[in-house]
Amino acid sequence: MEQAPSDVQSPSTHRVSYPRFLMRAISAATDGSFLFYAWMTGLTAVFLVGVNAWAHQASSGMINTHMTDHVSWGLYIANFTFMVGVAAGGVMMVIPAYLYKDRKMQDVVIIGELLAIAAIVSCLLFVIADLGRPDRFWHMFPGIGRFNFPMSMLTWDVLVLNGYLIINLHVVGYLLYMRFLGRKPNPRWYKPFILLSIVWAVSIHTVTAFLYQGLGGRPFWNSALLAPRFLASAFVSGPAFIILTMIVLRRFGGSRMSDQPMNTLVKIVRVTILINLLMVISELFTEFYAGGAHTSSARYLFFGHGEANALVPWIWSAIVFNIVAAVLFMKPDLVKHTKLLVTACTLAFAGAWIEKGMGLIVPGFIPSTLHEYVEYLPSHLEWRVAAGVVAFGLLVYSASLKVAIPIFRGDMRFEQAPPKETAEK
Amino acid sequence: MTEKSSGLTRRRMVKGLGATLGAAAFGAALSPLFRSSGMNAAELMQRHYKELTPADKQAVIERLQAEAKEAFGVSISIQDPRPTPQTKFVYAINLSVCNGSGKCVEACHKENNHDRETKQSYIRVLEMPKGTMDMEQGNTTYNHTVPSPDKFYMPVQCQQCDEPPCVDVCPVQATWKEKDGIVVVDYNWCIGCRYCMAACPYHARRFNWKKPYLPAEEINPNQGYLSNRVRPQGVVEKCHFCLHRTREGRLPACLEACPTGARVFGNILDPKSNIRWVLENKRVYVLKEELGTKPSFFYFFDK
Repeated sequence: MEQAPSDVQSPSTHRVSYPRFLMRAISAATDGSFLFYAWMTGLTAVFLVGVNAWAHQASSGMINTHMTDHVSWGLYIANFTFMVGVAAGGVMMVIPAYLYKDRKMQDVVIIGELLAIAAIVSCLLFVIADLGRPDRFWHMFPGIGRFNFPMSMLTWDVLVLNGYLIINLHVVGYLLYMRFLGRKPNPRWYKPFILLSIVWAVSIHTVTAFLYQGLGGRPFWNSALLAPRFLASAFVSGPAFIILTMIVLRRFGGSRMSDQPMNTLVKIVRVTILINLLMVISELFTEFYAGGAHTSSARYLFFGHGEANALVPWIWSAIVFNIVAAVLFMKPDLVKHTKLLVTACTLAFAGAWIEKGMGLIVPGFIPSTLHEYVEYLPSHLEWRVAAGVVAFGLLVYSASLKVAIPIFRGDMRFEQAPPKETAEK
Repeated sequence: MTEKSSGLTRRRMVKGLGATLGAAAFGAALSPLFRSSGMNAAELMQRHYKELTPADKQAVIERLQAEAKEAFGVSISIQDPRPTPQTKFVYAINLSVCNGSGKCVEACHKENNHDRETKQSYIRVLEMPKGTMDMEQGNTTYNHTVPSPDKFYMPVQCQQCDEPPCVDVCPVQATWKEKDGIVVVDYNWCIGCRYCMAACPYHARRFNWKKPYLPAEEINPNQGYLSNRVRPQGVVEKCHFCLHRTREGRLPACLEACPTGARVFGNILDPKSNIRWVLENKRVYVLKEELGTKPSFFYFFDK
């Protein structure tokens, strides 16, 4: 076998360099400060608690959730819906970085893509957690199962979510590997996929909205505004979480990022949060001005129905969070005030979580299609399972950031033998 | 150099130990899964109902009968009657006559081997004030002597729609409409995602949140594969017009139990049937017509 010159690698040397890339990645993902170990151990513990709760649910049935024949989807599907938004929102870094060729953004765009991957992984786990028969999961695989495509929107969702996961894994994997080798990435191998991922990000959230908005028997969801609203709030929650990540990395990870990418994200949220509020107002006006039977879910959500008012505190919190966050984001030099920025992002993120999670899914079922008011709040088991899924998503996110950041900084490089151990720290 | 490499090996050992502990904890956390019995390879690998050969179907039915014998100590018989050609089943309820006694609800509960603890049934009866058709005014949890003079009663069960939204949304085709109009569920194919329950505008579908509980002596041993056999945990079920009875020429259990004769059932393609007479001579209506689901279930008033 011929030996290629060291600066131009032939494909055959990938057999040496790729396994080393993976080994170094695993090593980097499991090495760190005491704080890092504490964080990862904590997440693992929460994840294991979730696994255990799910195992109980799978063996003795979903009777230990608080879902009923009336409210047949709850915390899991609520979080699934929200997480799709977070995944789609990650793309808001890709657009300025590659469509508008913002150099500074290109250095940090990887954070958005890793967030998308972690969020999609959580989405898929939330779907599995919600299945009554997880052992029959294979019935959904095209080819060996019976895939009701194109009729069922859920099959579309399976395709677009897995597609988005694969596209992002490819782009991130390719860019990191090239950086690791110290080579300039070949645009042919990532540019088309980046452009595709932008369109695809819109599709995952549109299709997820179509799951609900296509149901004629559920007036609360059966609104043409649902998909645009989903996108607007996705472009709030995704960037807000990325800003928080950047602040954490700057504080604990010794990151040397400039303020500029963060400022771009703040500008994005400043607009999208207002668009989202506008759509909420438009939706509420339609519901409450005209009145009638199809508004009973909205009435229940915001004002309760007699004794039944479990969601009222949730939704008003979300409204307050969103408005306060929107006002804070208007501050022109918000990036310079870290505490205010953290507050604004946390409120925006929490507001979207309620509004597009429990605040969207549960009232779709209340009142039921026979107009019965049966309430729902998640059980302990559901909270444990959900926390476990989120913890797993954060584990994926943390470990992959731990690998990606040193590679992007150039601290972790492939070296032709002999490898220098000093690069370890 | 030696100090450094020994530090590295120690670190590697600690990582290895951590990974081992983590894997062990993961296994322990999952352990409740393996406690559940009743899972077997044949069930796990079973194909969709429409892909079963007659021999496969026979084997599946024999397995289910053996399992029931083991679980309840009762001999049951599972049939799989197929739709009769030139038949489309239709149901109608005379709301002037229905007195809200709930006998149909009870009969369904017994006939269809429903879970005893949750008092499950495919039928819900709405008590409505006279003078409105607004379901929002209805009440399903009434608990007094019936009929109340200022009320009328409206039983609701699966409307066996000709355009069933529940069938469209199922990601795995575990539910479909048969030639005689009955929408059925393959209990051994359903993955329990409950999308159909969200899609149904009539609250017709039920989920087995747990394994149904039935005392052996209360089991109805005459069972249909796509109807009233004891359902597994974690799957969706619904009214199937008692197809194990109606496809054999008998009437649905809810109709036989009705004390007022409010229920009319039959083959709409048969010009001499009672149901045909009702549809031709009464002013019938369907629930939520504006949704375009085209129910095979009608309501009418006599006076």
